[in-house]
Amino acid sequence: MNLSKSARWGLTAITGIVLVFIYFPLLVVLINSFNASKVFSWPPTSWTTQWWSKAATNEGVRSALLTSVKAGIGATLIAIVLGSMVAFAVARYDFFGRDSISFLVILPIALPGIITGIALNASFSTVLVPLGISFGLFTVILGHATFCIVVVFNNVVARLRRTGSSLEEAAMDLGAGPFQTFRDVTFPAVRSALVAGALLAFALSFDEIVVTSFTAGPGVETLPQWIFNNLFRPNQGPIINAVAAALLIAFIAPVYLAMRMSDGPSRVVQVGAEP
Amino acid sequence: MGDESAANARDGVAVRLRGLRKTFGEVVAVDSVDLDIADGEFLTLLGPSGSGKTTVLRMIAGFELPTAGLIELDGTDVSTLPPFQRDVNTVFQDYALFPHLTVQENVEYGLKVKGVGKQDRRTRATQALASVQLEGYGNRKPNEMSGGQRQRVALARALVNRPKVLLLDEPLGALDLKLREQMQVELKAIQRDVGITFIFVTHDQEEALTMSDRIAVFNAGRIEQVGSPADVYERPSTEFVAGFVGTSNLLRDETARKVLGAQGVYSIRPEKISIAEPAAEPAMHEHHVDGTVAEVIYVGDATRYVVDIDPGGRLVALSQNATASSSQVLEKRGERVRLIWDRAYEYKVHD
Repeated sequence: MNLSKSARWGLTAITGIVLVFIYFPLLVVLINSFNASKVFSWPPTSWTTQWWSKAATNEGVRSALLTSVKAGIGATLIAIVLGSMVAFAVARYDFFGRDSISFLVILPIALPGIITGIALNASFSTVLVPLGISFGLFTVILGHATFCIVVVFNNVVARLRRTGSSLEEAAMDLGAGPFQTFRDVTFPAVRSALVAGALLAFALSFDEIVVTSFTAGPGVETLPQWIFNNLFRPNQGPIINAVAAALLIAFIAPVYLAMRMSDGPSRVVQVGAEP
Repeated sequence: MGDESAANARDGVAVRLRGLRKTFGEVVAVDSVDLDIADGEFLTLLGPSGSGKTTVLRMIAGFELPTAGLIELDGTDVSTLPPFQRDVNTVFQDYALFPHLTVQENVEYGLKVKGVGKQDRRTRATQALASVQLEGYGNRKPNEMSGGQRQRVALARALVNRPKVLLLDEPLGALDLKLREQMQVELKAIQRDVGITFIFVTHDQEEALTMSDRIAVFNAGRIEQVGSPADVYERPSTEFVAGFVGTSNLLRDETARKVLGAQGVYSIRPEKISIAEPAAEPAMHEHHVDGTVAEVIYVGDATRYVVDIDPGGRLVALSQNATASSSQVLEKRGERVRLIWDRAYEYKVHD
């Protein structure tokens, strides 16, 4: 597209402002995690790594982190299995109600968390609790799985639609049965989309707080919940800052990888181009 | 295999289609197709898009199951067998090369699935790649190759299995004209060498005429005519065939009566009609009609004249530019002319 000089300058400026707006607060968190002042006096006058070491040895942080990782892995596993199964059904077979199923699977990610939370809380109380399964990590995993399925489904279904079914037909044409075709051709084709979906699913689960509050039992506290519960306690501020900064760094790599591997708009050019 | 099937195998029929029919919901894609394809034959399914030719090919491959009818391969009924239990291989329109495998691994895949040993596999794949002039390309990935090269890999991947029948679904459609013409000649040569039955789908009538032993012309899910390229071109049995294979040049009803003195619909190929001065005398064995040149289309080696003929209607005459220059032929527009042709080249078609 051909833009005039002033238009290009204006767009550059707006892009810059938006990026600063998004990333400046994150930068503040990162800098403050090394700020020696407990009340975050600005600009920082002296530096320390004590908040990082305190956060690393804090018992509450450690157990909350473990809970979050467990919940994230559990929800992601469920999402991988169910999300990719639905994706295969929708992308490869024609059946009554296919479009409705597509829509219903995607819906949970758009629903406000508070609605999902209330609904799950009510149904767990009426269905699971009488069966002897009480609120705890398991119910958190089920709650997170409802929206984690969506990202796996979206990634895999996009890949399946883009690759079409002719590769599978070619494998069968060359003598491969259904299982061998899946192993040799279909799975390699969707593998990176599946990994991308799983990484995003884990990230979604990891920072979730609303649905978690409604589905977690009394003894279960995920990291976001721990942060929220300690935010206004005295002396915890600097530690929370360090935890947030650590999470920020830990999540850059997986999200970048997921973006590279999925079929988002930024990938279309690369996929279509021939070397 | 029973006695009857054994007898079929001996009579040299590679593929036998009987009463083949396929519907998708309300749409009838293929309707009562009967066809025998001989061992070692190069048969082309020719027709416009949506005429059912690709669906027939996909049913022979096993990707679609027929709604009704019979498909026999080498005397055995395979109508309901899945693709991996049929001794046919397909060259796909989009090539369908496995993107995560190298060219060598792509070509070896069929042999690997059938349990052929590693050494043997390697040798045969290398030979197959050599036969399509791709020696030394084995370690590349498909996306590192040009369209024409991928097309050859797809061909090698299918041929290496030595199938009874090779199915080709518009394999040259994505190539540019020069490459396509070159591949047409090569494909024909490869087919002669390996002696495998080729069933080739195309909508390009020139391609069909160039390569085929026989052509089956499809229209609206049915076969309109089966015959050699010369049969189909010179003696089209229906109006559709006359129009689809070559230029539609028809004299019908009132015009036919006035010009030829006969009833019905007649086809005359443009290259059989010569352009003459208005006063030219036709010979005893010739017919003629007068008209005005409406359009002159210069195509380099030849010129097409579209002539509005006096009894009504249009005829196209094609003449080689052996002596005429482009400016000379273009001056003909609007001139009165007499079209003359040998009666032997009038061919009556069915409606």
